[in-house]
Amino acid sequence: MMRFLLQRAGHAAFLLFGVSILAFLFSTLAPGNYFDEMRLNPQISAERLSALRAEYQVDRPITLRYARWAGALAHGDLGFSFAYNTPVAPLLWTRARNTLLLTGTATLLVWMLALPLGVWSAERLGRPADVALSWATAVLLIIPDLALALGLLILAVRSGWLPTGGMVSVGFGEFSVAHKIRDLAWHMILPLLVLVVSALPVLLRHVRAAVAGALEAPFLRAAEGHGISRKRLLYRYALPAAAHPLIALFGLSLGTLLSGSLVVEAVMGWPGLGPFLRDAILARDLYVVIGGVLLSTLFLVAGNFAADLLLYWVDPRIRAGTGR
Amino acid sequence: MSTRSRLLICLAALCLLHLGVACAGFFAPYDPAAQDREHPYAPPMALHLVDARGGIHLRPFSYAQSLRAGSFDEYDENRARVIPMEFFVSGSPYRVLGLLPLRAHLFGGGDGGTLNLLGTDEYGRDLLSRILFGGQVSLLAGLIGAGLALSIGLCIGAAAGFLGGWRDEVLMRVAELFLALPWIYLLFSMRAFLPLAVPPLKAFLLIVVVLGAVGWARPARLVRGTVLSAKERDFVRAARGFGASGGYLLRRHILPETASVVLTQAATLVPQFVLAEMTLSFLGLGVPEPVPSWGNVLASLQHYNVLISYWWMYLPVLAMVPFFLGYLVLASLLQASGGPSKIEEVGSGV
Repeated sequence: MMRFLLQRAGHAAFLLFGVSILAFLFSTLAPGNYFDEMRLNPQISAERLSALRAEYQVDRPITLRYARWAGALAHGDLGFSFAYNTPVAPLLWTRARNTLLLTGTATLLVWMLALPLGVWSAERLGRPADVALSWATAVLLIIPDLALALGLLILAVRSGWLPTGGMVSVGFGEFSVAHKIRDLAWHMILPLLVLVVSALPVLLRHVRAAVAGALEAPFLRAAEGHGISRKRLLYRYALPAAAHPLIALFGLSLGTLLSGSLVVEAVMGWPGLGPFLRDAILARDLYVVIGGVLLSTLFLVAGNFAADLLLYWVDPRIRAGTGR
Repeated sequence: MSTRSRLLICLAALCLLHLGVACAGFFAPYDPAAQDREHPYAPPMALHLVDARGGIHLRPFSYAQSLRAGSFDEYDENRARVIPMEFFVSGSPYRVLGLLPLRAHLFGGGDGGTLNLLGTDEYGRDLLSRILFGGQVSLLAGLIGAGLALSIGLCIGAAAGFLGGWRDEVLMRVAELFLALPWIYLLFSMRAFLPLAVPPLKAFLLIVVVLGAVGWARPARLVRGTVLSAKERDFVRAARGFGASGGYLLRRHILPETASVVLTQAATLVPQFVLAEMTLSFLGLGVPEPVPSWGNVLASLQHYNVLISYWWMYLPVLAMVPFFLGYLVLASLLQASGGPSKIEEVGSGV
């Protein structure tokens, strides 16, 4: 157990390290920086500008800047935002919380839908119900998430049934707890719908394929011959047998939902990492962008780590150290 | 129908669709950047065959629209001013595939009127023309980006699989790095540090390069897997035993084995990259105005008033649906013809 955990943790650390290096490397490719835009501003004198440049150390070589930044990171300091003139970490955290809320709920919902639907479909492989579901997923698959988000937004705006932007209503601070939760859920419906619908078809196909494959296995035939009930057969025997690729897929689905959430947030005005990063890019706010990318990688790595743990728990081959 | 003939039909349909966009100048009635400040946000014009007095015309026609006095976006149909639809007219100059200069258009408004079949945008630019020309930019970005990602992926994957050892280890670790990131964040971070205000052509090239640089990892991993298994096949061992050089083995025996994986990947990557370009342009980080792309044509929908008042601005979204359908069918057919599916291959659609 310890060895497996250490191995996965080492892998995660390597990923984060690599991503931070990549992000810094890209930043050297960039001509210009935040302060170059200021040069055009007649209100800022040349002396003030060079003082600012010295203060933020934008002119020092990249290796030095990286070393300083990584050293600060060790203390939980993600650097300083040029545009907001405050440390990056608290800024990012408030946005990341919202993204996490949206993505986490969407992940949960998608899997709660994909698993039973996939099993249901695999059980009826080739029958009309299964074929109809396959067609439905194919239709959903060709609708890009951007189109879906915009379409649903138009529907919501026209009908007025659902709130069309933001995360909470005006006066959220004074609501009671129950009212707060209701309000939040009410605002989440639309972005969640987009995320779930855009991620569902792919997952559904995988669950169906994996369970259908497991149902072919001889031991299931034998179990069926023993008169074990259909439901128990499907959920207790076939699903665990199909779990391995599905758990690996869990990490992938997390990445998809994180990426998808970025678009959805920008379209629906959800105050998450997506719109925040976009604005940071447009303002060339170096450390905010690096911090945001690193944070999203951290989410993903954490998700994959959880998937690995789950795999360890589910798959005895890995526990014995013979699998993979 | 056999898989092969289905594949051919699907390919033919896709070729037709792409040809239509490649000849956007001919099918589009107007220059996509030509503004008509008298007609901002004009709704789509209806084509009629029957006029107000009940007379039937063979040539479709439309009524001119003019801004209602005192309004900035409400139009009145001017029943007195008929704009006939004329075919094969000479209009604004364009170049087919950037080479052949022409002035011929499939249709246009007669009697000096303009025919905006899908309405106009905030500057009175013809939306149909913008969608068609925008497709050129978006599809080209997707195609070239996928080509780039596949070539990089093929080289790295083949090298890793064939060489093996520590080089394989290093290359695959780097690939994992690129796979681990949510790709759109990676795209964002790469885009973040490149110049913001750039001419359209440079922005286009930038996007293509960024797409290729971000997307190579998955094809590389798949190619590596195929190369690894092909390397151990009997005929490859036999050829090696006969003294074939590494280069010859790779070129003659191993790379052909990867063809089906590469083709399937191509069919899944192109729509993904088209969508990526759209997303970037939609968010204002891609191809800048006035050059249209499917993304920046949609960008005005980010304004609430556009979203509620001008439904036709949503139409560009529908333009890509047939393309996505074509590529999806192509990918699944290629997969069906390329042997048993692996979870990795299907997973690339995620």
